[in-house]
Formats: sequence, structure tokens, C-alpha cells
Amino acid sequence: MNAAQPPLLSQPRVQRVLYPSLVAVVLIALWQALVVGLELPPYLIPSPLLMMQTLIGDWGTLFDSLMITMKITVLSFIVAVVVGVLISFLFVQSRLIETALFPYAVLLQVTPIVAIAPLIIIWVKQPTASLVVCATLVALFPIISNTTLGLRSVDPDLQAYFKMNRASRMQMLWRLRIPSALPYFFGGLRISSGLALIGAVVAEFVAGTGGTNTGLAYQILMAGYQLDIPRMFAALLLISLAGVFLFVLMAWLTKLALGSWHASEIAQD
Amino acid sequence: MTSPPSPAAAPPVAIDIRQVQKTYPNGTVALQPVDLSVREGEFVTLLGPSGCGKSTLLKMIAGLLEPSSGSLKLWGEGVNQLERSGHRLSFVFQAPTLMPWANVQTNVRLPLDLAGVPRAEADARVADALALVGLSKFAKVLPRSLSGGMQMRVSIARGLVVEPTLLLMDEPFGALDEITRHKLDADLLELWQKKNLTVVFVTHSIHESVFLSSRVVMMAARPGRIVEEFRIDEPYPRRPEFMVSTDFSHHAKNLQDSLHRASRDTQETAEEVRA
Repeated sequence: MNAAQPPLLSQPRVQRVLYPSLVAVVLIALWQALVVGLELPPYLIPSPLLMMQTLIGDWGTLFDSLMITMKITVLSFIVAVVVGVLISFLFVQSRLIETALFPYAVLLQVTPIVAIAPLIIIWVKQPTASLVVCATLVALFPIISNTTLGLRSVDPDLQAYFKMNRASRMQMLWRLRIPSALPYFFGGLRISSGLALIGAVVAEFVAGTGGTNTGLAYQILMAGYQLDIPRMFAALLLISLAGVFLFVLMAWLTKLALGSWHASEIAQD
Repeated sequence: MTSPPSPAAAPPVAIDIRQVQKTYPNGTVALQPVDLSVREGEFVTLLGPSGCGKSTLLKMIAGLLEPSSGSLKLWGEGVNQLERSGHRLSFVFQAPTLMPWANVQTNVRLPLDLAGVPRAEADARVADALALVGLSKFAKVLPRSLSGGMQMRVSIARGLVVEPTLLLMDEPFGALDEITRHKLDADLLELWQKKNLTVVFVTHSIHESVFLSSRVVMMAARPGRIVEEFRIDEPYPRRPEFMVSTDFSHHAKNLQDSLHRASRDTQETAEEVRA
């Protein structure tokens, strides 16, 4: 093992962190240099330094807003996963149910959330609940379509083998269908977690909730009205970081669940 | 159709197929009515080109497909009532057909788990089955880290763990390289003798069928049917040298000629249809 340890720089794990970091450093330095060099005013584009200063200075309000956005994101993601998985189980029970209902799942997916969010906000009185409903609608479809596909993607011979051994419906589900569906399900999770965040932000934009419980979208709106562009950038940065965090979390969960057996998670050496 | 000669105290009939045929709902005739009788302890191969219905016939014996008509009995019982006769069958697929998420041990234990065999007993039987196919060291390994031949051994171990008396194999070694296939063929013969199994083995290899079988059932395509049967009256255990013997070539040539005759028949039929 330790005899021929390759140099640090040629290890894939180091490269995976190092290369994107280098790109980030170069881009940020370029940005700072351009803003300073061309003397761009902060209400057009703030320098990265100013953005960080604002982020630290306004950390109290921004962090509270981040927590509210994250709360809506996580809640709607959980609801989307639970509802989506239940719908998928319903779909695979019979082709008839799937054929009858699938077009409506698609309809749900292709209807822009911005268009129906005002309705939902009128119908659902409680502000958090209305935002969660909007974000759930955005995050739901990838879970349904991926999990359904996964539950159907069972090796036909393996299925025949289970049948030949008189496996019960529950045995088929737990020992065959669910494990076969996992790679697809986790693929759905990755897409869906990002969509839940987007849904939460979009819904907040539309709702524009005032009062004390305001998320990051509201901070962006307000910063826009007040031409406080550095603050807008700081809020944007937090949203992006939240999205990256969710993605990394999902990737980690996927690795934990499939790491040892599924082709998508095997390192290509 | 020649019925097998009955020496004194012939073993009982294990598989009794009478006028069994398979027609698909779209009208395709997969198999014309066939008769076949296999005695306990025989090693029978179904040999023929693709589309001759050999896999269809095997799947009907396994109960994976329903015959369109005819009678199919295993030790005098219907396929789904086989337990009543105290016998058990195992089916080995063309591909290893393993659960990629489960290790070798769990894969082999699957039929026992499905049947609710207590864990301790199941694990002991899995250990025995893995020892039989020479994979004891690999119990905790995932299928994907094994070679194709080793995966096939796992599949065979899973077939053996239920202690079957009838082993049905659908071109199990077709996807393997020739050297691995010879090795597995030899191992299979050893298992067959040790466990006193009845084996029905589907293949499209003339050499494999001569090397393995006590009887070869030659089938032809369009429509699928049985054309001839050959006894390979050569002593077991069969050594690799058997494959280069004149007796072996003699049997292989007989089968080859029969295969040609069968395909010529098919062409004539085709021409008649066209005329």
C-alpha cells in the first residue's frame, strides 16, 4: 500500500478539491481586480471583498433569513420525498393507475410555479405552509418519475427467480424492488433537493412575505429596492452555498447507500 | 422418438412430457407438440439452433412458462405440486442473475431466506454450497468484484443450496470463454455424480453436449421441434482427454449431420410454403 504512494498532486481526491478551488481563486481575484481597476461603483457590481464585509456585517439578519429559507426547503424536500415515494408505490401497483395518473404528474411539473404560486398563497392561509406547498410542487416530479422508473427496473430473470421461489409481494418489494430502485431514487434526490431550494426562493419572491419571518428571497427583494447591491450579492452567495451544501449532502448519502455495489459510485481508476 | 432402453431396475421417470406445445398469443409457434421422458439421474442436453424452442421447453419444465397444451409431469406430479413428490428443482439462468447489492453469501442464501429457513441452518447450508463450487473464500465479496466464471459458480451454488434433485440449466456457460467453460463443465459433471442429480441442460454447443450428456435431444427451428435423440454411451467420469478421442469425434459428427438434416428440412418446408 505505502510502497508506491503517488505524489499528492496526482491523487484524484486531491485533484477533485484542488482544481475547482484554483478556478475559484482565479475568478475571485479577477473580479476583485476588475472592480477595483475599472472603479466600478458598488451599486452596479460590488467587489468580492465588499460582499464578504456585508455578509459579516449583516450576518445576524442574513443568517436568520437563511435559516427560514432552509426550513422551507428542508420541509418541502421531506414532504416531496414522502409523497413522491408513496405515489411511485401506487404507480407500480398497476399499469392502469400509472397510465391514468401519470399525465397529471407531468402537468404538475410543466406548470410554472410562478404562475400558480399566487393562487396557492391565497388558498393556504398559513404563510410557511403556503411556501412549503409551492416548493413541494417543484421538487415532487423527479422523485416520482425516478422512483417509479427504479421500481420497474428489475432484472426480469431475477424477478422470475423470485417468482419461482414463491416470493410473497412483500418479499418482492423489500428484497428486490426497493434495492433495485435505490440508484434511481438517489438520482431523484439530488435533482429534487436543488429544486426544493429553488422552489422555496421562487415562492418567497412571489409571496413577498413581510413581517418578521423573512427568508433570503425577501432579503434580495428588499436589497434591490434599496439599491443595496452588496447585500443582494451576499444573500445570493448564501443561497448558492445552501444549494451546494444540499448537493454535497445528497452525494454523500448516495455514496453511503450505494458506494459498494452500484456502477455509478465505483471509482474509475 | 426412441424411448430409452430399460436395463434391469431402470430408475423412475423424473420428467414426463406428452404432446406439450407452446403457441404465443400472436400465433407464433415456439414449440410443436413434443414428447420427452427423462429418467432420474440422467444428464440430458437440449441441443439446437436459436429459435428451436429449447429454452421454451426448459422454462415450461421449470414452471416459468405455461404450456399451451399437453401434459407435463415431474415425478408424477404437476410442476407446481412438485413438493408432494419430495423432489425439488433449481433453475440456473444464462446470466448469473445475482443481486448486485448483496454479497455472495446473501445471494446464495436467497432461496432459503424466501422459504423462511432459520438463519443458522441457512448459513450452514450456504457454507456447504459455497464449498462445493470452491468459493468459500469469497462469501463476503460483492458479485461485481468476481469474474464471469466465478459469478456463474455463485449462481450454481444458489441452485444447489436448496438441495434439488432436478437441475435445469439454460445455456449457463454460453457467455464464458472456452477455458472457463471446460472447467465448469467438468465441475458440473462431478457435482451431478456426487449429488445424484437429474440435469436438463440447454446448449447450442455440440462439443459441450457430447462431453456432458448421457443423452442429447436434437431440436430444430421454425417451427421449434424435437428431431432426434442420441445416447452418448461413454463412461463417466469423463476426462478432458475424452474430448480429443475418436469416440468423441464420432458422436460430434453424428450430431453435426443431424443438425444439417434438421436445417435442410426447415428449408424445404420454407420452400413449400413459398410455392
